[in-house]
Amino acid sequence: MSSEMPEPLSKEHPDSISRRDFLKKTALIAAGILAPAAALELTMMLEGASPASAHPGNLCNPEPGHGTPGCHVEITTSTTVISGNAAGPGGTTATQTQPHWQFLVDTNKCVGCGFCVKACKLENEVPYDANASRTWVERYVITKDGAFHADSPLGARDGFITPEIDLGEGETLEIPPEDISRAFFVPKLCNQCNKPPCVQVCPVGATYKSPDGVVLVDRTWCIGCGYCVNACPYGARFFHPVYDTAEKCTFCEHRISKGLLPACVQACPFGVRQIGNQNDPNDAVAQVIATQHLQVLKGAYGTDPQCFYIGLDWEVR
Amino acid sequence: MKNRLLKNHVLRPLMVVVLLVVVLVVVREIYVPEDFGTHGSFTYNYYRQSNIQEWQSVTVKYQGKSYCNNCHEDKVDQIAATPHSTIQCENCHGPGVGHPATVKLAIGDSQKLCLRCHAYLPYAASGRSKIVGIDPTAHGLPGMICVDCHNPHQPTPLPTAATDAEALDEF
Repeated sequence: MSSEMPEPLSKEHPDSISRRDFLKKTALIAAGILAPAAALELTMMLEGASPASAHPGNLCNPEPGHGTPGCHVEITTSTTVISGNAAGPGGTTATQTQPHWQFLVDTNKCVGCGFCVKACKLENEVPYDANASRTWVERYVITKDGAFHADSPLGARDGFITPEIDLGEGETLEIPPEDISRAFFVPKLCNQCNKPPCVQVCPVGATYKSPDGVVLVDRTWCIGCGYCVNACPYGARFFHPVYDTAEKCTFCEHRISKGLLPACVQACPFGVRQIGNQNDPNDAVAQVIATQHLQVLKGAYGTDPQCFYIGLDWEVR
Repeated sequence: MKNRLLKNHVLRPLMVVVLLVVVLVVVREIYVPEDFGTHGSFTYNYYRQSNIQEWQSVTVKYQGKSYCNNCHEDKVDQIAATPHSTIQCENCHGPGVGHPATVKLAIGDSQKLCLRCHAYLPYAASGRSKIVGIDPTAHGLPGMICVDCHNPHQPTPLPTAATDAEALDEF
């Protein structure tokens, strides 16, 4: 009977594998996978690199729920018009002390001088002659026949000094004053959305919502794919002509974190632009935002924009 | 044994995959900074934490009127009593960073600076309608600039017929 059975695979068979060999190889593969990981884990342990102690430069504990009281920094600059604290990356996570910046724009007051755009470009080192800006002012001219025209030559860097509408490519359109039904200016900037679509689409984690509510771009990490530029429904992003990375308004993070006003807010002679800290109960601008009926741009998009407008006409997109 | 491991058509690609995974893990560990990760929600707060500090340390260029007041108190006081009091010095003179040490502030094209607000535009719904506006092609004489007659630090009272004639004569 046994002679009829197929011959069992011998050790000499090229494809045979003994239990011992199988176990050896399995152990070898497992060790191959685990050894480098274990080595790295070990090095990290030896370096004492736990998440909290990994940043010796930070005076404050970045871990949630461990806010250090000493991290709260009171700003007493003579030019301080806004309140808040200078909590940086390791700032306290307590919502009472961490500012949440909001912007208020009163379109009724805007005269289209463009000083805000000039100040923004110079303050934030956006090449002055490039047709790209972190903030810009739009002009809307609605004629009596219902048509509307909008332009923003060079982002209104030099203001609006002629009544001619800029159609681009050197062409202009003259509208007789008697044909104008309504005309006004609308300043625009990044809305620092609470649900920023530009951040969602970033494939590498180069753009993010910082704890103070401002959406920032990490230039060292941006790969320049342009997803965020496309994803922003407000057209607030562009490529920096020098760095070739995504660029956007930061609410002048370097100024507001020091208790200064953003460059555009300071430059506006008419009080069109204002910034407030939602988490400061005494902040006048935040109180207006909390108590008045205001408009936002493209509210239906669900981005929860943090730029609020007074007197925003429906024609404004 | 090694020979057989390499000859096996299942184990061979598997070893390549394992090698790639190991390389990926090692490279990522070296390349990605320690403070890169999720600081809040993964959707909105996946970033390198020290970048916030980098943004906060950008140089402040616009110093504000109080900085100008340190040396040019006379000019700041003069303009404070006029309708131009709301305009920052640096709006026209340029950002004050580095001034007076290395940067000299100068006004280039004053005509265009004035026209930012004072070019007449028939826009009743905007703040422009509340500002005195002129038609730059019809106002004054060709070749004249605004400051020939108007002092931006003392815009009011507006030039009278007498001072106008005087200025035109001088021109």
